[in-house]
Amino acid sequence: MMNSVSNIPLGTVIQGKWHHHHYRIVKELGKGANGVVYLAESPHGQAALKVSDDSMLIASEVNVLKSFSKAPVKTMGPSFYDMDDAIYPGMPQKRSFYVMEYVRGPLLLEFVKQKGDEWIVVLMIQLLSSLAHLHQEGWIFGDLKPDNLIVSGPPATIRCIDVGGTTKAGRAIKEYTEFFDRGYWGFGSRKAEPTYDLFALAMVMVNCAYKKEFKKGAEPEKQLYRAIEGHPLLKRYERVLKAALQGKYQSAANMKSAMLKEGQLIESRKSRQKKQQQKNAPKPAVNQNQQVASRSRAAAAKRTSVRKKSGGLFETILIVCSVLALYCAYVVLFLL
Amino acid sequence: MRKGHVNQILLITDGCSNHGEDPLAIASLAKEQGITVNVIGIMEENRHDHEAMKEVEGIALAGGGIYQVVYVQQLSQTVQMVTKKAMTQTLQGVVNKELQQILGKDTEIEELPPDKRGEVMEVVDELGETVHLQVLVLVDTSASMKPKLPTVKEALIDLSISLNSRIGENQFGMCVFPGKNSDAEIVLNWTPRFDSLSSIFPKLTTGGITPTGPALREALQHFKSVRSRKGLLEAKEEHDDEFGF
Repeated sequence: MMNSVSNIPLGTVIQGKWHHHHYRIVKELGKGANGVVYLAESPHGQAALKVSDDSMLIASEVNVLKSFSKAPVKTMGPSFYDMDDAIYPGMPQKRSFYVMEYVRGPLLLEFVKQKGDEWIVVLMIQLLSSLAHLHQEGWIFGDLKPDNLIVSGPPATIRCIDVGGTTKAGRAIKEYTEFFDRGYWGFGSRKAEPTYDLFALAMVMVNCAYKKEFKKGAEPEKQLYRAIEGHPLLKRYERVLKAALQGKYQSAANMKSAMLKEGQLIESRKSRQKKQQQKNAPKPAVNQNQQVASRSRAAAAKRTSVRKKSGGLFETILIVCSVLALYCAYVVLFLL
Repeated sequence: MRKGHVNQILLITDGCSNHGEDPLAIASLAKEQGITVNVIGIMEENRHDHEAMKEVEGIALAGGGIYQVVYVQQLSQTVQMVTKKAMTQTLQGVVNKELQQILGKDTEIEELPPDKRGEVMEVVDELGETVHLQVLVLVDTSASMKPKLPTVKEALIDLSISLNSRIGENQFGMCVFPGKNSDAEIVLNWTPRFDSLSSIFPKLTTGGITPTGPALREALQHFKSVRSRKGLLEAKEEHDDEFGF
């Protein structure tokens, strides 16, 4: 009943029942719970072809792909080419398929492993731009995870390859993966809204930094915070990441600007530290120094903010007093 | 279109029924009353009970629902997939019927050209989002289920998180079998959220027999009790907009 899609032999030519296009299966690209994606050769070149026994699921995903093909969202998902019912020799039962752009490139995690962690933030900011467009069109990506993200290029551009989880804003998320799911970690519902994607994006960043997933413990909230504090890269973006987990960014654009801002702060901090290091520190102690410096800076920042607050209070009292005095004078001088 | 109802029984079990009437018969009865019976069979790592899994398939087939056999670790995702898929299937059935009335007897969604299918699917998606869903979960509490119950609890709470993210309303209930003094016992009456499960599960005792048939009958009764109560309150308006076959 629930389908276990049997493989199509490589080299098979699939014909479309309605549109009569031909596709030759070259190799398997990926397998999901409800279908298999193949690399296929068509008259127009290489393409990705998804086959499933569930023709309605295919229809539903094509609906999403078609809206992805509209202008501003175009860069994020694969373009849609064709949808049809399959005819090929030895087909066990009714099958439908759709054909889309073949997005070439390594998966996000592979890319980061090869090129280095400095790419993580760059790619996340790119992804935030794409998400901002997608959200504006009234869609929530849903199943955001490194396995669904490919870095194509050059220039390196992050793209999504599986739109099975993409849901109209306001509905319930169609498909998700536990580690990246807000509901699993107890941070909120599975309603399709921008904050849902932003939570997942923060988790993608955690996943990229640690290069692995971990199981939920007894105190999931604290566990995630500790994970962020425990990794140097994540620690630098601690404020942004925690706010994203808590659903404090109402839009992808807000989170993007917060990340950019945090990055600039770090840059200016770094350059200041470099000057200090040149003055006194011997080379091997760099890392420790940086940490200490940033910690003392954070402490200093806290102190000034406290001072600012008490200063504000003092000002308010002063103003209230002087207004009161003036009013008294007015009463005494003019009214009595 | 008026708001519709989808009624489901979700049976979670790991073995063959060995007491009372034939579960397949009761499942067929449920189907006749517009209640789909879906079944999740839990597999052991190194023991395959072919008889039990055949029964799982049979009950789902008779009850017009879907089934899935899984290891206990995959329960959470499976419970959701089965519930949602079964709901979509029911709604597709309803839409199919309407289509046949408009386009003639032999028209099914699959027979429409691909472009039109998308539009129909959009309607089904929309219905799935807004429909009133009523799920009665039947949990096998025979002795072998004992170590799996915490996972069952997690999976059910997770299910209610997912379904409550929809626009439509939900009602959940739970029944365990065998019950304390009878073959089956309702441990949670209709409620929109499953949060209260946390307090119920620790109190559950496990027993020896697996009276799947009687449990299904108890579940059916429970659906009826709601309807008759509603019937008293709102005369017979409610009945017209039930989805089903």
